[in-house]
Amino acid sequence: MNTNTQGANDCPPEETPEIRSRRRFLTFLSMGLGALAASLVGIPIIGFLVSPLLERVPRFWRPVGPLAQFTVGTTVKVTFLDASPLPWAGVAAQTAAWLRRASETEFTAFAVNCTHLGCPVRWLPDAELFLCPCHGGVYYKDGKVASGPPPKPLPRYPVRVRDGQVEVQTSPVPITTA
Amino acid sequence: MKKLLQRLWRDFDDRTGIGALWQRVGRHPVPPGTGWWYVFGSATLMAFVLQIVTGIALATAYVPSTSQAYDSLQFITDHALWGHLLRGLHYFGASAMVLLVGIHVMRVFLHGSYKYPRELNWLTGSVLLLLTLAMAFTGQLLRWDNVAVWSVIVGAEQAGRVPFIGKDLAHFILAGDTVGGATLSRFFSFHVFFIPAVIFAFLGAHLLLVLKHGISEPPVVGRPVDPKTYKKWYEDLLKREGHPFWPDAVWRDVVFGVGMIVLLVVLAVVVGPPHLGGEPNPSSLKVYPRPDWYFLWYFAVLALLPPSLETPVIVFGPVLFGVILLLLPVFRNRGERHPLRRPWAIGTVILIWVLIGTLWIVGKRAPWSPDFTAQPLPPSVAGTVASPAHQGAVLFHQKGCEFCHTIAGQGGHRGPDLTYVADRLTPTQMTIRIVNGAQLMPAFGGILTSQQLNDLVAFLKTRHSAQ
Repeated sequence: MNTNTQGANDCPPEETPEIRSRRRFLTFLSMGLGALAASLVGIPIIGFLVSPLLERVPRFWRPVGPLAQFTVGTTVKVTFLDASPLPWAGVAAQTAAWLRRASETEFTAFAVNCTHLGCPVRWLPDAELFLCPCHGGVYYKDGKVASGPPPKPLPRYPVRVRDGQVEVQTSPVPITTA
Repeated sequence: MKKLLQRLWRDFDDRTGIGALWQRVGRHPVPPGTGWWYVFGSATLMAFVLQIVTGIALATAYVPSTSQAYDSLQFITDHALWGHLLRGLHYFGASAMVLLVGIHVMRVFLHGSYKYPRELNWLTGSVLLLLTLAMAFTGQLLRWDNVAVWSVIVGAEQAGRVPFIGKDLAHFILAGDTVGGATLSRFFSFHVFFIPAVIFAFLGAHLLLVLKHGISEPPVVGRPVDPKTYKKWYEDLLKREGHPFWPDAVWRDVVFGVGMIVLLVVLAVVVGPPHLGGEPNPSSLKVYPRPDWYFLWYFAVLALLPPSLETPVIVFGPVLFGVILLLLPVFRNRGERHPLRRPWAIGTVILIWVLIGTLWIVGKRAPWSPDFTAQPLPPSVAGTVASPAHQGAVLFHQKGCEFCHTIAGQGGHRGPDLTYVADRLTPTQMTIRIVNGAQLMPAFGGILTSQQLNDLVAFLKTRHSAQ
């Protein structure tokens, strides 16, 4: 397609050792400089792209409601804000957990993500089961797998009671690894 | 005047060489007998161009911010002039591109067109196929509603299964620890800048290679490809019987491509853009995350795999697919091209269609998903008189049995249909099954009181065919 194919072969034929050496140097010089420019620009770009992996996200305790709000023996959805939401995150900065109050003192915060592929599990209060809408994973009230494809129990988030408030610690989306 | 124009053209051509370029591209000879089978590549390209122009138009109004993308989508759909149409067109254009690139690959495979000397046409095309799928996935996510949010997470979870670097990959996809402000911007730039740039590069290479080696002649039974003689033979064929690409071959591309565009516009007007779900709030959990139709078959794969095969398939399935695409022309670049002499090729294509088709139908039904919309059983089934059986029917709904089991046409399909369960199981067997569960059924022993268990079995006892 390129009609202008004047390449090295069309140059005058005599290539003295001196010229050859000079051309080799110029080739290395051009390629080396090109690589330098590419690295100068490329390294910051790659760093910028992988920065989410390098930064340590702080963890915060988020209050999810007063102690009295949670009845013993029930599991309810609580919502809270991510660790460090960007100003333009909007509702995407919201996270949920299933908070179970097993006894007066015992709270468990389950991740809402199915351990199969991360879909949001729903709590059925009458059946006392978590059901996943994607591939039909089921968990018991204590987060153990009841049936279906999930390989692991529902992950738990740290939870504590402080000054009459139940608090859940912000955590990464749980990722099931191989 | 005419002279002046001619001179202008001559000078322009002298400075640009555009005439020679046109001769090279437009008038290049194509072999005889290329018919309608050859339109799918150009149609894919036309769908791609459609995606570019509709995409650019949509990008003028779409706001790639997690907090505002949803509002801007609503604006485009409901208020912007022809925004409804453009979103529909972009969606159906994407569908057409995925479908056509699939048919194109299959045509090339069946005709053995990937054989010598067109191995690199196949390889660049394979990359374009994968890039098209990447565009389909990232594009679905830009429809930033509650389904998109969960699709990102499901995508990240799949990446998480990769050994060693899984977690990092997953967080790279999320652009952080969780779905948040950075997630959408990143998918946006990949969808509109990065992947298209790579597509342009490979598309350029693909088209240059098509020009370099010429369009493959239709295969003939008993005429194998021999790398030693093929090029010479092909050149002679073109000299003897070649037609200029324009207009002898291109008219079919135009007729098919324009027909496709018209069809896509009609679909965009009549069917409209895909439904925009609820707002993209990861804490609202009443969602049915589903991929768009082109990945629905894979959604079924993920549901049906036995757990032991899950990670190998998620991680190595795509790798294996890529390797097969890569190695095909390396190891099979000579010999017969006609499908009638390559039964394995026909078998492979049929197998792929049957597999994907079946999985697609199953994925559409998704019998493994609990039916959260199941309503309490009607009085005709549950009865109205206060009795253990009636109480059992109420429990059947309350305790979630109905989400997975159908009775009298109502309920989910995860477990067996229990309409006539009493024909198959004795009350004791029912009790054992309910208490202990099974691989796909929770054990209800710790959930039901013995009274509730008795009521439930009393109800199920009434479910026999001779009622």
